[in-house]
Amino acid sequence: MAETQQIIDEIQKLAAEHFKVAPDHVAPDDDFFQKLGIDSLQALELLTRLENHFNIELPDYEMQGVVDFRTLADRISQRM
Amino acid sequence: MTDIVKTETLSWSRMDGVIELELHRAPANEIGSQTLADLEAFVAVLPDLQNEASALLIQSSIAAGFCAGADLRELYNTGKSMESNDRVDGVRDFLNRIHAVLNAIDESPLTTIAAVHGTTFGGGFELALVCDLIIADKMTRFCFPELRLGLIPGFGGIPRLKRDLGNAVVRDLLLTGRSMNATKAAQVGLVSQLVGEGKSLVAARSTARQILKFDKGTSIAAKRFVKPIPHAELREEIEIFCDLFSRPAVEAGLRRFVESEDPYPYLP
Repeated sequence: MAETQQIIDEIQKLAAEHFKVAPDHVAPDDDFFQKLGIDSLQALELLTRLENHFNIELPDYEMQGVVDFRTLADRISQRM
Repeated sequence: MTDIVKTETLSWSRMDGVIELELHRAPANEIGSQTLADLEAFVAVLPDLQNEASALLIQSSIAAGFCAGADLRELYNTGKSMESNDRVDGVRDFLNRIHAVLNAIDESPLTTIAAVHGTTFGGGFELALVCDLIIADKMTRFCFPELRLGLIPGFGGIPRLKRDLGNAVVRDLLLTGRSMNATKAAQVGLVSQLVGEGKSLVAARSTARQILKFDKGTSIAAKRFVKPIPHAELREEIEIFCDLFSRPAVEAGLRRFVESEDPYPYLP
């Protein structure tokens, strides 16, 4: 679980940097669409940044229905 | 430098032998009737512009990306009050016109470069594919989402992707509808230069300056030799698209997309 927590931390850090919010503005179970005020195209920006950072491919159909950082971390860990 | 010609959705100019075409329609350069008309205006003057140019560079000044593809909202809203036959005729006319534009750029004697970033989806991907070189920043994503709507790409995407890449990559992009990041796209040969975030235009301009050093006639001969235009398949694509477009499932898919409040409308 520590590994998943590390992934969550890294996702939140990347999201905060990309969307220019304070790191403590986001939490693992936040709806990142609402919390960050982003749309689907911006979510794909985050996906690209995550793929580049973790050096994986995460097909966007696996993002379907994912709205919080914890579930996103789970999807990423399944690809690592 | 020629004067900058600015239309509602595009602008273009020529400087030191390089023509630059900029897309600037918010929110994501969706290609609807206005963009099509503006592209037709550009292609109409291209023969004159290219007399004193060796390279054409296409780029977007919109932060969201190069181009998100066809304007699906316009497509749905225009067609929803029409009879099925009229709706298909309207789409066929649009496709014939956009194919004429894209074929003109594809066949241009200039060396053409797409400088892309961000969302490069559907018709936007197809616009990039007519260019000889694609220079992408690391945040670019390429996608053919059309199967999600019950359609195939309609602006020449499949024939041109087949021309440029191995069939396995074409099947991956087409049959899964997934988007591919620029790093992977460079690995499979779609992207000729992968650059840092926000650097695609700088790299494309540098490449255009290199092209200017060559004898134009030799570049034309080389391009003609290595870049056949798949005319028969392009025409076939229009027919298949129109056949699919006539099915009720497509209208339903477009309605779902346009009316969706889902955070992932592109990902059914």
